[in-house]
Amino acid sequence: MRRPPRLPWPPGSVRIVRSVIAFRSAKAASLGSFRGAKVASFRNFRGAKGDDQTLIDRTLVGFGIRGGWQCLWVAILFSVFASPVCSSRVWAQAEVASITDRSMEWPDSSQWRRVLLLEDYNTRVVVLGVALLGAACGIVGSFTLLRKRALMGDALAHASLPGIAAAFMLATLIGADEKSLAWLLSGATLSGLMGVGLILFLRHQTRLKEDTALGIVLSVFFGAGMAMLGVIQQMEKGHAAGLETFIYGKTASMRAADAGLIAVASLLAIGSCVLLFKELKLLCFDADFAGSRGTPVLWLDWVLMALVVLTTIVGLQAVGLILVVALLVIPAAAARFWTEAMWRMAWIAAGLGMLGGVFGAASSALFPKLPSGAMIVLVCAVLFLFSMVFGAKRGMLIRSLRRRRLNRRVGRQHLLRGIYELAEDKSSRQSGSDRPAVSMRELQQLRSWSKKSLQATIRRAMRDELVQLRADQVQLTHAGWAEAARLTRQHRLWELYLVHYAEVAPARVDRDADAIEHVLEPELVDELEALLDQQPLTIEVPSNPHALTESS
Amino acid sequence: MINVTSSTPQETIHDHHTGLPSGGNSQCPLSVYDLTVAYHRKPVIWDVAFDLPAGSLVGIVGPNGAGKSTLLKAVMDLVPRASGRVEVFGQPYRQSRHRVGYVPQRESVDWDFPVDALDVVTMGLYSRIGWLWPVRKRHREIAMHALERVGIADLARRQISQLSGGQQQRTFLARALVQNADLYLMDEPFAAVDASTEKAIVEILRELKSQGKTAVVIHHDLQTVPEYFDYVVLLNMRVVSHGSVVETFTPENLQKTYGGRLTLLDEVTEAMRRKERSL
Repeated sequence: MRRPPRLPWPPGSVRIVRSVIAFRSAKAASLGSFRGAKVASFRNFRGAKGDDQTLIDRTLVGFGIRGGWQCLWVAILFSVFASPVCSSRVWAQAEVASITDRSMEWPDSSQWRRVLLLEDYNTRVVVLGVALLGAACGIVGSFTLLRKRALMGDALAHASLPGIAAAFMLATLIGADEKSLAWLLSGATLSGLMGVGLILFLRHQTRLKEDTALGIVLSVFFGAGMAMLGVIQQMEKGHAAGLETFIYGKTASMRAADAGLIAVASLLAIGSCVLLFKELKLLCFDADFAGSRGTPVLWLDWVLMALVVLTTIVGLQAVGLILVVALLVIPAAAARFWTEAMWRMAWIAAGLGMLGGVFGAASSALFPKLPSGAMIVLVCAVLFLFSMVFGAKRGMLIRSLRRRRLNRRVGRQHLLRGIYELAEDKSSRQSGSDRPAVSMRELQQLRSWSKKSLQATIRRAMRDELVQLRADQVQLTHAGWAEAARLTRQHRLWELYLVHYAEVAPARVDRDADAIEHVLEPELVDELEALLDQQPLTIEVPSNPHALTESS
Repeated sequence: MINVTSSTPQETIHDHHTGLPSGGNSQCPLSVYDLTVAYHRKPVIWDVAFDLPAGSLVGIVGPNGAGKSTLLKAVMDLVPRASGRVEVFGQPYRQSRHRVGYVPQRESVDWDFPVDALDVVTMGLYSRIGWLWPVRKRHREIAMHALERVGIADLARRQISQLSGGQQQRTFLARALVQNADLYLMDEPFAAVDASTEKAIVEILRELKSQGKTAVVIHHDLQTVPEYFDYVVLLNMRVVSHGSVVETFTPENLQKTYGGRLTLLDEVTEAMRRKERSL
């Protein structure tokens, strides 16, 4: 295998990436759905007609694809992406176009200013529309997430593609305005709902599980849509350019009227969620109970579905049908890390969705060649990662802090009980000091703790004035003694319980009690006492039911 | 059809041979007539029929998979009925559901849901609050009072996953209590709860009984049945027997309910299911 020479930018990898991009665009353009085709039409580029074979060869060499593994890679990509509907002429056209037009211009300062300060009316309306869309998706997504129907939106979005294509074809045939958004979106709604209906049908009429039915319907509908877009590309009449925005999303190509439609639909969705908040909450939490109270559960489920349809369909143009589900799932999932209250979760999700929408729309306005759907998803992903780590209620950071606090508490309890038990042993052998000191060495032998962690635990206990350290001797303070006695008593109560009621062997009982005692709540200890049938609350520390050396 | 004879004659308000009611009895909290429910053609409960006396604590007892939960759900129209009829206080459930309180199985919901205990209890008031209206202060006060009754008022603002199993069960009970119903249907309220919760639930059941209300409780612990209940329905797909605990809760009836051998009906069911699967 021959590798290209290593340069600052590994040329091989660049080539691979470029060839991947090129072939993806080739496939998509052939189906009339990708930027390549649009760019080609913009530039009045006439497709190079000629022999497919030589063209492929030329292209491969042009990309520097020579090595065996590179060819294999390309072949795989080709067989995956270049479906039978792919006409060689069309993809050749896009191929050349995508070579000539891959430049990404960095926007200059005036463009930055125009977008960031929303100077342009169109940008203003689009950003507003997409912001509302993000908020609506966040709220609706919170409900679908909690109803565990998160992927329904995905199925719906993918299933809408054949509807878009069919509406476009129909419009071309009857001579209507084939670019009318309302027209295309009604087609999308129809086929999206058909897809969802088919999923339900498959689930009820066959023994297929929901995820299987979802996978089948989602891919078949999407495939059918792609095939139909390929047919459209072949049609004499009509300009298919523009349909690709529905796949990857493109806010840059949105008109103010389109954004207005998005805004109205989003406001409608938000309003419905606010009005039906408590009903939807009950539906998601406990549908059976809602049904027993006479709440029309089926009807409410349909309302929720309709809200998903509404937000998904109007979101197609901005986010694209592949990625629109992200706006339904990611903000809601991220919001869950911040709160334990449903209404707060919904509003946080709305805020996060809004941020995603605004940043995605702005970056699409700045870089018209970036699909805005991708940008929205990436912004959402950043927000999600941030929430996952720093979320105030369930974030990883706060949870690891809580775990550390628990570990420290357990460590301290072990320390206090260890000192107490050793001291108890000593004072029973040699009467004298009522709180005998124990040595570090003795303590360390008691448990499998490292010297370092033992020292750290002792240091923390000293700070809280529970133990004193003199040279190598550790002694409990008065407060420490009382606490240690309480802990030891708790531990031995459990040991007694386990020995007498659970018939655990006395040699093993120490470890089992150890696992339980740290999570004991006061009322459980009370119950334990009652159960052990001693004089309640005045019970003293029972004597150790096993020899100290058995402790692990 | 399985003929079920009621052990207490005054409660027999319909003709068992035809399964037709002899007229709606508004005193009878729950009458079930020849109820059959099937999931995917597999019958779960078959020809179930009984009447319950008012103001009693009723235990529904039977092995796993006997259709106990399904019976309660079928009473509340939560699962489609293949045949049969249910009357609650002499009326169809739809008309009398405001007089019914439901405590579902604790495992039936996701306790990770972002709500606190008080939220859950106010859910019992939603139908009274009405559509589109928000929960107001007085509703929260009613809910708070119910939480006090079950003894966990101090945990009202705790997220429900932070509650222990017993506390979760008490929350569900409080949610049913706010409805101030006359008939309570409880699906295994004693399952996996601590001793003090069990005691608290029993106290509330007795309180309900003293107010002339009826509670139908699915119960697993056979030992406590005579202590907790005064009426019992022994269920294993069909009603094996029903009547007062003293007369009905006998070793012979329990043997029939929990008996290990497959009956002919079970075999037919199994054969039907196999056939269905092979299609």
